[in-house]
Amino acid sequence: MDVLYFAWVRERIGLPKEKVETQAVTVNDLVAELSAREERYAAAFADLSALRVALDQELSDFDASLSGVREVAFFPPMTGG
Amino acid sequence: MRIAVQQEAFDLGAEANAFASGDDANGAIVTFTGVVRDLASGDLDVMEIEHYPGMTERALTKIAQEAKERWSLGDVLVIHRHGQLAPGDRIMMVATAAPHRKDAFEAAEYLMDYLKSRAPFWKKEITRSGAEWVAAKDEDEDALTRW
Repeated sequence: MDVLYFAWVRERIGLPKEKVETQAVTVNDLVAELSAREERYAAAFADLSALRVALDQELSDFDASLSGVREVAFFPPMTGG
Repeated sequence: MRIAVQQEAFDLGAEANAFASGDDANGAIVTFTGVVRDLASGDLDVMEIEHYPGMTERALTKIAQEAKERWSLGDVLVIHRHGQLAPGDRIMMVATAAPHRKDAFEAAEYLMDYLKSRAPFWKKEITRSGAEWVAAKDEDEDALTRW
């Protein structure tokens, strides 16, 4: 699946988008997998209360299932307007 | 209904003039314009606005559709810019047209409240001394509970 990062999450991880091969069942599983990879991921995902997640471009939750999902995005709370 | 997510500046006067023109069922038109505010210190050089192409348009469309379901609206317009802006630049505008002003005012406020914390935009303030992401405010999230 495609994993996208925005704002400071993108800066901390150091890339805007990557393809991830994963068997993760939920978003939390994916976060644990990514965090275990490298320190920059662990740092970005250290405080999930400071993050939001979208699945296929719809806001979702960290305990949501990844079944059938093609695009996951992680970002801080939005600041539009 | 028109949703525009764009880098270019928009012409506020032209947009306001064209909006809902020719539909005389609308007795009220409300427009709101968001402007890049300088920092208290006066040293904001650039306001950079990042967004999530695709999701942004979907989120704004959904918010506008919800407004149309809640209030009696003749038309809705949302324009939101991204990229690098300077203090005083117009970031975004919403316009609502309705038979009566209460619907137009309330719907415009609803659109603003939702697009502040439910549309995937992120602001970064760049000054000579560095760059900082703007943190979301609790009061912006709290503002949604009134709807």
